[in-house]
Amino acid sequence: MARGAERPYGRERAVTSSGGGRDEPVPIDPDVDLHVPAQRAETAGAHVLLVLAAVAAGGIIGALARYAAVRAWPGDPASAPLVTLGINVLGSFLIGVLMVPVAEGHGRRTPHPLLRPFAGTGVLGGFTTFSAYALDARDLLERGEGAAAFGYVAGTLLGSLGAVWAAVTLTRRVFGRPGAGR
Amino acid sequence: MTWLLVALGAAVGAPLRYLTDRAVQSRHESAFPWGTFTVNAVACLVLGATAGAAVSTELYALLGTGLCGALSTYSTFSYETLRLAETGRWPLAAANAVASVLVGTGALVLGAELAGVVRG
Repeated sequence: MARGAERPYGRERAVTSSGGGRDEPVPIDPDVDLHVPAQRAETAGAHVLLVLAAVAAGGIIGALARYAAVRAWPGDPASAPLVTLGINVLGSFLIGVLMVPVAEGHGRRTPHPLLRPFAGTGVLGGFTTFSAYALDARDLLERGEGAAAFGYVAGTLLGSLGAVWAAVTLTRRVFGRPGAGR
Repeated sequence: MTWLLVALGAAVGAPLRYLTDRAVQSRHESAFPWGTFTVNAVACLVLGATAGAAVSTELYALLGTGLCGALSTYSTFSYETLRLAETGRWPLAAANAVASVLVGTGALVLGAELAGVVRG
């Protein structure tokens, strides 16, 4: 955290357990959200290099994990690319778990300021992929498998949204009220 | 070797998403997650071009799996859509989901077509 920048998720930023209202600075964008003063300030001075290094290191780990999974389960080219579907659903679940303590002020301790750039922006951003998802959908369409393409697109979307919702709901329950115990 | 190329691509792609996201947000005050929307669309365009150009396995590992894979994100997209919905902005959440899929797939097809034209 840069010197002189605002405290990241202080008591005054406590939000309701339902996830906060419109005016509260719980981020919409977990990668970086400029509505949150601490995130706006995190590229100030030499700190930017630390943040970018954390994002890059996390991105390498996430992308290699995805590559390892795709190589481990190459899959039948005629079937829907289930590995990428699984990766995107799992990554969506994990970002829900991560963002509750990191961005919403739940939990007893203020998380390390590099945790979000490393684990959220880096690892989970590098692990999940939108571009391969679009390529898979196009490939299915090109092979004339319209129903499979639709099922893949909708299945990934609904699976991921369900996963992130379940993760956020469960994790908020585990951590209790925002700011509790500080 | 391909592992190293995937890592190299990701080492560029992930910070590029972070910086692009910041740049878009700083120019565009909106609840709609334009930053993520932009990086996902750009990554789809580049991946389409990479696939359409029929590049070598090595170059695909670097640009496709590494760079585009880390530049684009599904986890961030999911979380943003959820946050829009639970803050009462259902139309924006729905628009984000539908537009991301349509624009992403469209950008990918466009990239592949452009690569095909260049290849002749």
